[in-house]
Amino acid sequence: MKKRQIKYLMGDIIGCLMTVLIFIIPFIFMLLTSLKDRKEANLLSLSLPSEIHLENYIQVFQENDYQILRAFKNSILLAGISVALLIVVCSMGGYFLQRRHDRLSGILNKLVMTGLMMPAAILPTIWVLQKLGIYKTMTGMILVEAALSIPFTVMLYIGYMSNIPTELEEAGFIDGCSPMRLFGKIIFPLLKPITATVIILDAVTIFNDFTNPLYFLPGRENVTVQLTIYNFMGKYQSSYNLLFADVILITVPMLILFLFFNKRIVDGMVAGAVKG
Amino acid sequence: MRKNKIYHVGFVIPLIIVFTAFFLVPMVISLYFSMTVWNFDSAKFCGLKNYITFFTTKSLWTGVKNTLIYALLGSGGITVLAFMLAAFLTSRIRTKNFIRSAVFFPNLVSAIAVGITFTAMMHPTKGIINKLIEFLGGTRINFLGDTKTALFSVILVLLWKGLSIATVIYVAGITSIDTDYYEAAAIDGANGWARLVHITVPLCRSSINTVILLSVIGSFRNFDLMWAMTGGGPGYATDNMASIVYKQYAAGFYGLSTAGNVVLFLIIAVLIFPLQKLLNWKKEV
Repeated sequence: MKKRQIKYLMGDIIGCLMTVLIFIIPFIFMLLTSLKDRKEANLLSLSLPSEIHLENYIQVFQENDYQILRAFKNSILLAGISVALLIVVCSMGGYFLQRRHDRLSGILNKLVMTGLMMPAAILPTIWVLQKLGIYKTMTGMILVEAALSIPFTVMLYIGYMSNIPTELEEAGFIDGCSPMRLFGKIIFPLLKPITATVIILDAVTIFNDFTNPLYFLPGRENVTVQLTIYNFMGKYQSSYNLLFADVILITVPMLILFLFFNKRIVDGMVAGAVKG
Repeated sequence: MRKNKIYHVGFVIPLIIVFTAFFLVPMVISLYFSMTVWNFDSAKFCGLKNYITFFTTKSLWTGVKNTLIYALLGSGGITVLAFMLAAFLTSRIRTKNFIRSAVFFPNLVSAIAVGITFTAMMHPTKGIINKLIEFLGGTRINFLGDTKTALFSVILVLLWKGLSIATVIYVAGITSIDTDYYEAAAIDGANGWARLVHITVPLCRSSINTVILLSVIGSFRNFDLMWAMTGGGPGYATDNMASIVYKQYAAGFYGLSTAGNVVLFLIIAVLIFPLQKLLNWKKEV
């Protein structure tokens, strides 16, 4: 028995050391570098800053006429509206797809599954956006982000909905409740837990998305947070302190989200991954 | 008939519109545009010329090869490493909550931020990883600057970021296994390794299948991370299909870029759908 306890203690120690070395140090490195002055930051070492330079953050804010504030506004707007749209479209769509078992729902299910596997056809999407006159607009970007997240989100809703009995709806229907009210008043409130998961997962994905805004939302006015850091990368190759101040600024919202919703995020990811 | 009334078609109409207009239609018309020379306004049909260019130009062909290497090593590494990590985390370790949170957090950090951080840490002369290697008595590695190591360096970071979700899925799978099996095996004298191989692995097959598919899909789509780290370079050593689509677009070869997109569809279709059948994904879950 004694021997096993020692074994587990060793496991704890080695596990923690490895975790700190591999997973914590990169974050410490980001934070320390963002607080140094330019010369010290460019040494790229893991030493403590000799002086703390919080003005790096102020400089990042002021850069390009407060570009980062605009970027935060755009990213929050993009993530917020896309997620709202996804909740409406996918909760209703998932309801239909899970409850009906006919040819239409069969075909749609297959198409949505395809969307889970396949990436977007990028240039043709730009072409469609241009034809609709919404290329380089927030509206177009929101619709594309929503379309690309539909497969995953619908899967989450379908998985959750299979645990809700159909008797509720049938009883409500016999009592003369209209289908829309039935869904709005009875089913949608029951979906609350999975809706919370959808909000967090889709918001994180869209907020962190770099590729799609790069293609579908070019232009200085439309910049999103992930693009600011990419622009910084080109401009500040020799000022790692500013680069990492920006990295920290765009990572902090996620850190806060993680501290508050740790369990919900982890459970949601498992549910999504296993059921999807 | 009642069913059709309760679950009215109207519920699915918004989904059909958004998904069709911004995903399915572009996907279908990409087949046509991949066979043209076009600039969004006008398109001139040119047959299979783009595809021929694709498979006869070495820099483009390398992208196909790299895409497969990313998928194979990325998903293979994640599948195995995350399993080991999850087995470790589900043993009687007291600090598992701390380790789990630390491993999970990279999943929430954007790929661009991760890419920038690791590029700095992998700096050929000043980077802290090379400092550590020198401290341990090794010789410096030019991680991202050497065509021989760049691809593998990017894959290492891909693993770092991708482990989190896979580990979480495995932990959920392993903790749902009935402990009776382990007790029975322990009574029969099976050691830890035998229990892992003969109980844990077979009983969390569905988690393993999920992780394999998710990581394969993820590695095929990888663009942000690699783009932030190497931009496809040095030369075209780390280019994959996603970066080729972007590079050809930036260079103004829209037809060629679209052809790259279609080649990516084909690679995924040829590999994923049979893989899914093989793993019997849907049925087991």
